[in-house]
Amino acid sequence: MLLAILPELLLLVLALLLFIVEPFWKGERPRSGWVTFYGLLLIMIVSLIFGTPRASQEAFGGMIRFDWFAFLFKMLFLFGAALTALFFMDHPLLSKRGEAYLLLLAATLGMCLMASASDLVMLYLAIETTSIPLYVLAGFFLNEQDSTEAGFKYLFFGALTSAVMLYGLSLLFGLAGTTALAALGEKFASGQLSLQVAWGILALVTVGLAFKVSVAPFHFWAPDVYQGAPTAVTGFLSTASKAAGFAVLLRLFLMAFPSAQIPWPLLLAILAALTMTIGNLLALPQTNLKRLLAYSSIAHAGYILIGVVAATELGMTSVIFYLIVYLLTNLAAFGILMALGKVLGSDEVTAYNGLSRRSPWLALAMLVAFLSLAGMPPFGGFVAKVFVFAAGVEAGYIWLVFVGVLNSIVGLYYYLNVMKYVYLYRMPGEEEKKHPIQLSQATAWGLGVLILGVILLGTVFAPWFAFSSQAAQAMFLP
Amino acid sequence: MDFLNAHLLSLILFFPTLAALVMLFLPSKRVGLLRWYAFLVSLVPLALSILLWFQFDPSREGFQFEERYIWYAALHSSLHLGVDGLSLTMVLLTTLLTPLAILASFSITDRVKAYMILFLLLETGMLGVFLALDLLIFFVFWEVGLVPMYFLINQWGSANRDYASLKFMIYTMGGSLGLLLSIQLLGVLFQTYDLPELYKAWNALTEGTLLGMSVSTVKTIAFWAFVIAFAIKVPVWPFHTWLPDAHTEAPTAGSMILAGVLLKLGAYGFLRLVLPLYPLEARMYAGALALLATAAIVFGAFGSYAQNDFKRLVAYSSVNHMGFVVLGIAAAALAAGTADARIALNGAILQMFNHGLSAAGMFFLVGVIYERTHTRNLNELGGLFPLVPVYGGILIFTSMASLGLPGLNGFVSEFLVVRGAYPVLTSYTAISMLGLLFTGAYILKAIRQVLHGPLNEHWAHGEHRLTEMTPREIVVMAPLMALILLIGVWPSWILKVINEAVMRLF
Amino acid sequence: MQFPFLSVIVFTPLVAALIILMLPARRKDLVRSVALAAATLDLILSAWVYLTYLLQGLDGYQFVEQYSWLPTLGISLHFGVDGMSTPLILLTGIVMFTGVLISWGEERNGVSAGIQDRPREFFAFLFILASGVFGVFASLDLFMLFFFYEIAVFPMYLLIVIWGWVVTREYAAMKLTLYLFVGSVISLVGALAMVWTAYQNTGVLSFDLLHLEQAGFSAEFQRLWFLPVFLGFAVLGGIWPFHNWSPDGHVAAPTAVSMFHAGVLMKLGAFAALRVGIMLMPQGAKEWSWLILGLATVNVVYGAFIAFVQTDFKYVIGFSSVSHMGLVMMGFATLSREGLLGAGLQMFSHGVMTALFFAVVGMVYDRAHTRHIPDLGGFAKVMPYPAIGFIIGGLVSMGMPGFSGFIAEFPIFMGVWKTQWLIAVIAAVSIVVTASYILIIVRRVFFGEASEVLLHHHVGDVTPLDKLAIVTLCAFMVGLGLFPGLMAPMVGRGVDYILHLLGGA
Repeated sequence: MLLAILPELLLLVLALLLFIVEPFWKGERPRSGWVTFYGLLLIMIVSLIFGTPRASQEAFGGMIRFDWFAFLFKMLFLFGAALTALFFMDHPLLSKRGEAYLLLLAATLGMCLMASASDLVMLYLAIETTSIPLYVLAGFFLNEQDSTEAGFKYLFFGALTSAVMLYGLSLLFGLAGTTALAALGEKFASGQLSLQVAWGILALVTVGLAFKVSVAPFHFWAPDVYQGAPTAVTGFLSTASKAAGFAVLLRLFLMAFPSAQIPWPLLLAILAALTMTIGNLLALPQTNLKRLLAYSSIAHAGYILIGVVAATELGMTSVIFYLIVYLLTNLAAFGILMALGKVLGSDEVTAYNGLSRRSPWLALAMLVAFLSLAGMPPFGGFVAKVFVFAAGVEAGYIWLVFVGVLNSIVGLYYYLNVMKYVYLYRMPGEEEKKHPIQLSQATAWGLGVLILGVILLGTVFAPWFAFSSQAAQAMFLP
Repeated sequence: MDFLNAHLLSLILFFPTLAALVMLFLPSKRVGLLRWYAFLVSLVPLALSILLWFQFDPSREGFQFEERYIWYAALHSSLHLGVDGLSLTMVLLTTLLTPLAILASFSITDRVKAYMILFLLLETGMLGVFLALDLLIFFVFWEVGLVPMYFLINQWGSANRDYASLKFMIYTMGGSLGLLLSIQLLGVLFQTYDLPELYKAWNALTEGTLLGMSVSTVKTIAFWAFVIAFAIKVPVWPFHTWLPDAHTEAPTAGSMILAGVLLKLGAYGFLRLVLPLYPLEARMYAGALALLATAAIVFGAFGSYAQNDFKRLVAYSSVNHMGFVVLGIAAAALAAGTADARIALNGAILQMFNHGLSAAGMFFLVGVIYERTHTRNLNELGGLFPLVPVYGGILIFTSMASLGLPGLNGFVSEFLVVRGAYPVLTSYTAISMLGLLFTGAYILKAIRQVLHGPLNEHWAHGEHRLTEMTPREIVVMAPLMALILLIGVWPSWILKVINEAVMRLF
Repeated sequence: MQFPFLSVIVFTPLVAALIILMLPARRKDLVRSVALAAATLDLILSAWVYLTYLLQGLDGYQFVEQYSWLPTLGISLHFGVDGMSTPLILLTGIVMFTGVLISWGEERNGVSAGIQDRPREFFAFLFILASGVFGVFASLDLFMLFFFYEIAVFPMYLLIVIWGWVVTREYAAMKLTLYLFVGSVISLVGALAMVWTAYQNTGVLSFDLLHLEQAGFSAEFQRLWFLPVFLGFAVLGGIWPFHNWSPDGHVAAPTAVSMFHAGVLMKLGAFAALRVGIMLMPQGAKEWSWLILGLATVNVVYGAFIAFVQTDFKYVIGFSSVSHMGLVMMGFATLSREGLLGAGLQMFSHGVMTALFFAVVGMVYDRAHTRHIPDLGGFAKVMPYPAIGFIIGGLVSMGMPGFSGFIAEFPIFMGVWKTQWLIAVIAAVSIVVTASYILIIVRRVFFGEASEVLLHHHVGDVTPLDKLAIVTLCAFMVGLGLFPGLMAPMVGRGVDYILHLLGGA
């Protein structure tokens, strides 16, 4: 039974270890970072060897489900956290502060629980475990106004929506008399619970989850928080945290609200269309790359929702696949932004002029990341989008797919526009040769792995699809 | 020998092209080598076509020396070659005039290699039209011939060459558009482009509807599409306006070929395609054709008389002379199957051959004087006979042939045309005879202005002193003059071949 | 097991692109040599495939390779070529080879011809593009077709925006990319709809084109989806009124990219429209052919007239491409043996021809620094090869018999005669218009008075590599023109298969 929470346990061990040894290293090289990184890798390996689920099963009295769905997401979070740890090391402030890594580990722990929670109580606890460290991380730079503002905003809105969701969850418990997701689903399916009630609860719960995954109209916090937070944190926020949100969303909606009785897909479809459109349109005029990526990540939440809307096995598979791709791509994008932001001192797009002449490889990496976000082959973004659209078409949501398709055109516009600065425009005085860009080893490795991953996902997609598919099946098996 | 006989036509047709390809690799600096090479290789097709002439059996039915190679199987088009008396005459004319034109071009000094290559390609283009027994191949060569000619005019022509060459090209291409479309229609209908088959199939199709119209309407439209294409090439009034420009601006040898052979392509088209494919329509509209022909004869003569430019004068004379060809064709169309028709056709075909000789000669003579004086303005010449007696003699001889003096070739053919056309198209023929009167007028005007009258002193002394024709130039003229005289006094050697063909064809 | 020709052809450029990226940026000639070696290899392989197909008189899909890629969704890496696509593979090989040759360029006497700025990135992007193009022509799997299709689209943006004509590149590149992307994603939705409907009909989930051909889509489905799918691809084929991106794109692109673009990419659109649109939804094609025919006619005639009035050398060629691609679409729309045959041949012929045109324009521009036709003149004297090449290309373009253009256009017109004779008559006008503008350009640019540019700059002849490129391209145009049997039978067999899908129409 402990196997079900093997990664969580190991995370806890790692966090404790760090907590104990970290004070001895103060002021020296970023050893905490490496410890975190290798520790996370070790956890992944150990979990892969010992902790794989054989069949879906419940653990801890139904609090937790031990299935492929949870496992896959946990691996994803661990991977994301490991790379984020690498990126943390590149920042002078983050790298020297052991708390940052502790918070990171804590948040990861929460996410792992989010992915496997199958009970309302557990769910809420996991969400809060994740959120609180992230609030802190977002506002980590106390001396920087932006960062502080980001932290506060995130905390404020997060708390608010969380409260709304909690209200919804408690109503659910009050009416149904159970907090187990599977039991709730059965009650809805058998008609023991009235559907009007379901709609009300659904609305409340959706608010909370929509906030987590930054779906319109609860997206407004994202640009400010993303821009203000330290870039490496933003990367983590926009990927792992969002993936965790989707994991909960999938689990909750599929298990607790049978779509045959409660037509929530339509509600989500409208939200998806709204999200994509708002995200992409608002991204158009942005000149700050972090802000641009913030809006773009809102738009991506919209694309992912298409798969959720489909509510089929292919839909779930495509969502999971999309999340894997998205996690890698966006982490890479923010990683590059972080590495460059340190050198350039700015996230404005004009600061990127002449980048391809200053650092051809970094420019190429950026090209790959942005094109993948735009949905171009041979990068993961293309395959992921096609799968999501395929699921949409399969489920008959052709209008929604068309909205998605048109939106991806808008997306292409602003992604390519950025590449114009990188490749075409020159630095003032055309002095690129005198301003080469050096990357720290950690960042270079991190980016290399991510870019390679993005290409792998886009070319040899069968194994990843198989994993996603296995995870998705877990949702549909009893 | 068997091989030669079996592939005679393709040899004649493609030898110039192969020679042109070889020429690509000759050094472009060695001008003398290039000239002689071009001349000598152009003698080969001539020799082969003389051989062809003697091997040809006029009394046999149908086409001879037929060859057929797969070309465009998907469209059921093959490289089908063959000759009858009609095309044989034209092949002979073409292979004869090409060496002479090349010899006449020895005075070209600018980019000799390109010039000669184009000339050889041009020969293939023209021969292809005469030899083709496949409608698509016919069209291919019909158009391909344009290209070298365009560049000959455009690159080696005189002052106004840009305009003239473009006009030439666009006129002809525009004119062929209808032809192209009609050919496509035929191809779509019968799934073949083979001429003998098309003759049968197309004529068998008389009733029913095509493309939502009655067959006869479609046939009429297609008929006119063919006619316009060929009428532009001949040229028939009022489609002739490209001709004076093109002829005038072309280099001498270009004009020789243009007048000598290219115009015949149009007339040949009438004989090979229009009459056999559209006998009914041709008969129905023969009157209109005759009217145009008469207009060409009369206006051509008037136009010619009005010119002060020697070359332009000769150019208009072509309009005039080719009018007789078309008149003969019109008469034959109207009276198909009668003796009159055959006589008219005999005349028309012979006139094609004759005009080829005399027009080529005339253009060459204009070129000779132009190369020396650098003017073609008749008013600036005059009284040159004493200075250049040989030239004068040759010019008068050739002009007389063109004028239709009995004893020379022009008389024979024009007589036959008029004889054949008179009973059928009396009034048109009568008017044409009046046109003939003006032919005399403009030719005499030219002779007077160039050779007689007060001598323009400018040409008598000093650096501008006019020199006599060189032996090379005389060599160019000699075969032409010999044939002019031969046909004039003993036309039957060629008429026999032509007549047999006419008897069988129409 | 047979040597995997097609996958080697498809992936050679990709591998070469990676190798090129690894080379040091300073070693420009090394970069170019690697590029040329890869291009030569691809040309040889594609010629081999072509000749094998031709000489052995093969029929149907050949050189088939199939690697399971994602069995769950029925996606496989399935390559194979038929009579329609084999010539296009060869075409891509030719254009790739000549494109590298003319991009080599030279830098002396103030002449900066070819690509001198960052050739490493240039060739890498160009080869990624080439890989995509090969992939589309060879794919027998709908998913892979889109995959490669998009790969062929995005490098275009970078190639134009980075190495393009300074004045319009940013605008043109974005316009082009967005147009093409819009088209392709709309087709993509249609394609997904096809796959699911086929799944419902047959119970087999597969992106395989051969499977989808037999899927038996209902008439109503085809009526609904044919147009979006066909037009989505046809955008890249330059169909009116979605052709707007193409002249701007052609003009702004650097020479080799224009060659690729007009020469191969527009064929990509047309080919995909044929393979996915017509071949998978023959019923829909029949239903809508009148519309396609009408649009294509506008293309042909309007394109020719617009080309006629341009004063920018490159715009003339750009619009002439619009006009000529109209003929391809026209051939498709006839759905007849002749029309499709002609369209197949025209794709090849136009590809070679327009590649040559753009190569020549590039050579002139690199040395004259202007493309304004009235400012040019007399270039035949200093650069005879481009002049002769352009003339031959011009003859092809005006459909002169004896050149490949005629071989292609003639059957198209025959096909149109079969369906709607009036269109044939109207479209024929374009032939004369084309002849006029080609002749006028030849006269103004290559002959005529020596221009100011010639007198004041030391304009030299083109490099030997340029000459090689010109000769190669010309050889194909003349060869096909004289011997249609070198390609027509092969395309004819491809057409037979399409006609079989169309129900023997």
